[in-house]
Amino acid sequence: MNTRISFDRVSVRFGALKVVEDVSFGIADREFVSIIGPSGCGKTTMMNIVAGFVQPSSGTVLLDGRPISGPGPERGVIFQEYGVFPWLTVEQNISFGLKLAANRVPDSERREICERYMRLMGLADFASAYPKTLSGGMRQRLAIARAYAVKPQFLLMDEPFGALDAQTRSNMQDLLLEVLAAERKTVMLITHSVEEAIYLSSKIIVVTARPSRIREVVEVPFGYPRDEAVHERPEFGALRSHIRDLVMQEYAAQQRQTVGSSI
Amino acid sequence: MRRTLVILSPWALIVLLWYAIAFSGFVNPSLVPTPHAVAAKFWELANEGRLLRDIWISTQRVFLGVALGTLLAVPVGFVLGWYREIRGFIDPLINFFRALPPIALIPLVIVYFGIGEMAKVVILFYASFFAGVIVMYEGIAQISPIYVRVARTLGANDAEIFGKVIVPLTVPHMLTALRVALGVAWATLVASELIAAQQGLGALIQNASSFFQLDIIYVGIICIGFIALAMDVALRRVARRLVDWQDRIA
Repeated sequence: MNTRISFDRVSVRFGALKVVEDVSFGIADREFVSIIGPSGCGKTTMMNIVAGFVQPSSGTVLLDGRPISGPGPERGVIFQEYGVFPWLTVEQNISFGLKLAANRVPDSERREICERYMRLMGLADFASAYPKTLSGGMRQRLAIARAYAVKPQFLLMDEPFGALDAQTRSNMQDLLLEVLAAERKTVMLITHSVEEAIYLSSKIIVVTARPSRIREVVEVPFGYPRDEAVHERPEFGALRSHIRDLVMQEYAAQQRQTVGSSI
Repeated sequence: MRRTLVILSPWALIVLLWYAIAFSGFVNPSLVPTPHAVAAKFWELANEGRLLRDIWISTQRVFLGVALGTLLAVPVGFVLGWYREIRGFIDPLINFFRALPPIALIPLVIVYFGIGEMAKVVILFYASFFAGVIVMYEGIAQISPIYVRVARTLGANDAEIFGKVIVPLTVPHMLTALRVALGVAWATLVASELIAAQQGLGALIQNASSFFQLDIIYVGIICIGFIALAMDVALRRVARRLVDWQDRIA
């Protein structure tokens, strides 16, 4: 399998604050890699490097063998804060990317894509509504639809399902798996949910309290396509308790750090 | 019906209070003309045609001053709001000039621009520009960078970022700047018409004050207030139409 994204001894410092330290890993074509760890530990920074918003202080990050110089439409990003455009309706938000010179499609195709994602995300009744009238969960689904619509080869997702209720969250996870089965994509997902990471990923990277180092890389033994039944497999339970232990230890470490620095 | 009553009640209250003061005996009645005397004076001046001409002239001056002031305030405010580095050293300058009351500049304006129309418009331009530029750049500086980031990850180039993201985010601040500038310009009108004006609501008030015609002064003041109010209401209607995507209309 060829490596599409590679981190080689990457460190990031913001002034005196070390955020990421000596991180090396690769993401292969069509691989789904989740990054899990305490909040505020630098996971988003790792994603922002791939998205093209942050340069590593040392080490290299390569995308298809080339250094990353900035953002691009082949890397779809779903931000934690959604960033839906408040001045555009639901439909206009989804078609925003499809009207740009970089990925312009014919009008009929654009309408088709829009309608498809509005239907899939349960937004069809809100096509001409402005985001101010949508709930938090709907805004998040809108942000997801907008990113999917331009069919990026890579999906970089920063806790994309965080604000959703359990039922919608599970629907969105299944929808993501469906989209991935239909379109070839390589995914980097940042999450706090151990279940979500196992259910979706082919590989899980557990990172430490700040600065982010790799604690352990866990291969997920399930193939694709997957469905909810995976949750019932005995390996799932074992994997879950193993990863949960690692994550809890790091949460505790982060807690001590935070308390220590606030005293 | 109920709404109309609610809107009218504070005005009725002011008129009542005015009568109460006029008839209370605490103030010399010749110093406080009654509301109906002022209303009568309004009709008299309106019928003479003088008042309408004054209103027209003043409105023209305010429009011209606000139009020119906002025209310059929008790009300048945008640049200051968008580029933090520039704001750092321009900001004190803006606040220095903003703090100067236009009335204090009148002698200089007369020296440099004479006593014609130009001088009045310059004063109104000055007031509108500094009011507008501050509103504009404070608004722009608060725009979240997330929208630009999102647009970039969707593949937008610089021109698309400007036209499809920055411009729509700027429109509400432009409208607010225009509203504030209009308010400030009406507030500065009398000062601008201190400069040898023969016509205009400010001139009407100035002349009346030299002859101690308090009723005319009241007519002039009330006209300024109502015209400014009417313009603000109209502008707010337009703003609501243009930017109804906003959570809150300023």
